Amino acid sequence: MLSDGCSFMKGMLLGGVFCLVLSFLGSFHFSSESSTEDHHHHHIYAPSKDELKRLSDSRVEELKNQVRVYCIIMVQPKTLVYWATVLDTWSKHCDNAVFYTSEGSKALEAVDLNEKDDWARLRKALIHAYENAGDLRWFFVAQPTTFAIIENLKYLILAKDPNEPFYLGNAVKSGELEYVEYSSGIVLSYEALKRLMTMFKDEGQCPERTHTLWKMGEDKQLALCLKYAGVFAENGEDRHGKGLFNKQNVVNMIKQSMQDNPTDVVEGCCPDMAVTYGGMSPNQMHVMMFGVYRLRPYGHDFHDWLTFYPPKDSDND
Amino acid sequence: MKTLGPRISFYAGFVVGTFTLYAFLRQLWFEKTLPMHQVTTLARIQDYQQQLEEEKKMWKKEGSALFNLEHPHHIGEDSRMADELYKKVRILCWVMTGPKNLETKTRHAKYTWSRHCNIVVFMSSVDDPDFPTVGLGTKEGRDQLYWKTIRAYHYAYEHYADEADWFLKADDDTYVIVDNLRWILANHTPEEPIYFGRRFKPYTKQGYMSGGAGYVLSKEALRRFVEGFKSKQCTHTTSVEDLAMGQCMEKVGVLAGDSRDSFHRETFHPFVLEQHLTAKFPKSFWYWSYCYYPISEGPNCCSDMSVSFHYVDAVGMYLMEYYTYHLRAFGYRYRYQPSTPHGYSINKFESWDAGKKDKKLEQKLVHPDLSRTDKRQNEDPPPVDGKDGPAAAEGK
Repeated sequence: MLSDGCSFMKGMLLGGVFCLVLSFLGSFHFSSESSTEDHHHHHIYAPSKDELKRLSDSRVEELKNQVRVYCIIMVQPKTLVYWATVLDTWSKHCDNAVFYTSEGSKALEAVDLNEKDDWARLRKALIHAYENAGDLRWFFVAQPTTFAIIENLKYLILAKDPNEPFYLGNAVKSGELEYVEYSSGIVLSYEALKRLMTMFKDEGQCPERTHTLWKMGEDKQLALCLKYAGVFAENGEDRHGKGLFNKQNVVNMIKQSMQDNPTDVVEGCCPDMAVTYGGMSPNQMHVMMFGVYRLRPYGHDFHDWLTFYPPKDSDND
Repeated sequence: MKTLGPRISFYAGFVVGTFTLYAFLRQLWFEKTLPMHQVTTLARIQDYQQQLEEEKKMWKKEGSALFNLEHPHHIGEDSRMADELYKKVRILCWVMTGPKNLETKTRHAKYTWSRHCNIVVFMSSVDDPDFPTVGLGTKEGRDQLYWKTIRAYHYAYEHYADEADWFLKADDDTYVIVDNLRWILANHTPEEPIYFGRRFKPYTKQGYMSGGAGYVLSKEALRRFVEGFKSKQCTHTTSVEDLAMGQCMEKVGVLAGDSRDSFHRETFHPFVLEQHLTAKFPKSFWYWSYCYYPISEGPNCCSDMSVSFHYVDAVGMYLMEYYTYHLRAFGYRYRYQPSTPHGYSINKFESWDAGKKDKKLEQKLVHPDLSRTDKRQNEDPPPVDGKDGPAAAEGK
């Protein structure tokens, strides 16, 4: 009987140890899984003030030159008012703003892609931009209902190397695919665009036209092609975790915040260094232009470590 | 059979041991998470209390006035000039409102722009100790507007004449950028008999200020207003509040000031920003014949240093606050560089550097030479902003 008892105790001890070992393994397993999740959920932040302070004057000038942006604005004659508003407002702050249209318009100048299919049109625009980039190394794709603050985009990507594949904006997930949402603007580095050019030649993985009944949005198509080229979507946000690329327009976001944070509406809503707002009406864009580039409270200054000057021949900024 | 006994015992022990420890670990995990559940429910219960606590930090209630304790600041900003003006150009803001509007309109003004005033008083027909509002003993309605104004200014003079230098009247749908108001007023003294707003020309010799766009009286102007009623020089001439105020100001010798910036752009606005920027008012619209100064449509409608907008709804209040104090373009050098008010100088201040004291930076701040070799490089020379200070200095 004693030997029975001893065996029992031994068994119990071993069982306990076994359980502990299993639970440790389990937590390790979970943490490793979450780290692979994190890898695809990359966040892009702007450089901190300390990081910028450490750079030499010449390095800062180099970066300022490197961070110049080629804006690809996808327009259509049916949304002429939006097209004209973008032309008259934020696009003036791009280093090169090129409008790509589905069909020609007598009213405004654009690169006529003569293409009705959305994905095919985007492809053509990207190819044209790559071939005409000159020495610009960053590309920003926008719709005419998007308002972008290019200086804040430049600040976000300031310390990023365009020879690395960057694909960022408002990163969202659809099933297994993580993509950058179209209406909040898509940012591509030169390397990402270069790899995309190679993928475009692969009709198997990245076809120009899909003859299926159900069409995937062109932003998802883009994400898929980039994914096959080893380029993954990243989310642009500030240090408080607020997204800098917004699908919604600013008025809707404030309305939502009035519901969610009634005592702290503005702080709880929108970031100071926002890059984009989608779904903006032409009037809202004129107001935002004034609000960003003109209106401010006297006596409050920010000594940013970089200066961006107003564009020439412009009267509303 | 004999060897089976200890074997079975061993296996039994193994199973028991596994389950025991599992149950033990579960309990431990459960106990870790349980306090968190308790915390979240407690937090919800205390939400309302927190709100009240937050308010106590923002304002000091003195009677029915709110004295701003915390002039709102942004992390990373250099607000030395704004702070200096806050101390030297003290503004009492009074907001014309009524009991029906408190939750739908006034509250949003309270949580946004009124926080930038030195003192704010909400004037209503009814006393409300919680909001708080002052009961002026009038009724509500358009015909009561001048009565409310007369009583409101008398109240401000009787209670707070020594606590402020300038006395602003605004509606509960007016958005005011108080820092920009201080910029204009800093070029004047509270002893000057002067008042500022959006100048209209009809019915009066020197013009009068639009009520909706808000107007601000110097301490001397307020003193003369009160004296004017005592001596019956001023009376309730009409219920058209802004016109009546203009008529009284003219009678008691208070000057109608020019609030435009050095590019002659208006700062007080009788409509919302969107309308001033984009609307094409028909030539028959009253606005064209009312404005004292020539009207500009499009981007020149409005100064960078704009002070007020009218007919701003609840969402609009937060939008204006966001555009004015929060949203900005990194590193952007504004075209319009407002000149420093007389007697205020950035040279007076020590080097500003959040944290470290940098001797190099100190030297550079003192030297007005802009072509520094630090991070900022001049590609274009800075634009000349023309005259010194707002055109009002010339007393037009």
